[in-house]
Amino acid sequence: MDILYFAWVRERIGLPKERIETSATTVAELVEELRTREARYAEAFSDLKALRVALDQELSEFDAPLAGVREVAFFPPMTGG
Amino acid sequence: MSAEIRVQEAAFDPGAELSAFTPRAAAAGAGAMVSFTGLVRDLPGAGGLSRMVIEHYPGMTEKALEKIAAEAADRWPLGPVLILHRFGALTGQEPIMMVATASAHRVAAFEAAEFLMDYLKSRAPFWKKEETGDGTRWVAARSEDEDALGRWR
Repeated sequence: MDILYFAWVRERIGLPKERIETSATTVAELVEELRTREARYAEAFSDLKALRVALDQELSEFDAPLAGVREVAFFPPMTGG
Repeated sequence: MSAEIRVQEAAFDPGAELSAFTPRAAAAGAGAMVSFTGLVRDLPGAGGLSRMVIEHYPGMTEKALEKIAAEAADRWPLGPVLILHRFGALTGQEPIMMVATASAHRVAAFEAAEFLMDYLKSRAPFWKKEETGDGTRWVAARSEDEDALGRWR
């Protein structure tokens, strides 16, 4: 599964993209798994209210299932316009 | 409705874009065109904005903008729609983005342009970072921008 990070999430974690093997079945489980990796992940994922998630390039929710998903992206609320 | 969606690093000329949009609108039978252009603002008291850097999510950005344009076309009888948004490094006063809408009557063109702007601000994956004399900071999303979506639900 490809995990992408944008904006300050990318800066805190220190990379824009990585490929991981996971048995997580929901986004929330994936977040828990990432949090336990290293302090920089724990810090980036410390407040989920400050984050948004997209599954295969569609905005989604943290309780969404990951079955069949190939690309997960984490980022702060968007500030376009 | 035909939507022209452009996500580009290069600068653009809003006047030239509107000139190119006009015959497309006319050919579609429009009697009204509305355009909005966003500019990089200099922020008073922030040590002077030296640069704005816009990051986006290639692939998702285009999909999100197509979806927003399609939703607008479901709500109003629209002729052509233009959504243009830059990414990369921008300096003060440069145009950041532009939307243009066309319809038979002005109310639909105005409302559709506002709808596009409201959704673009908080549903298209762009992130702005400001670089000033005091350092850099990611622009925080404003709750008013999220609240603005309420009027369209």
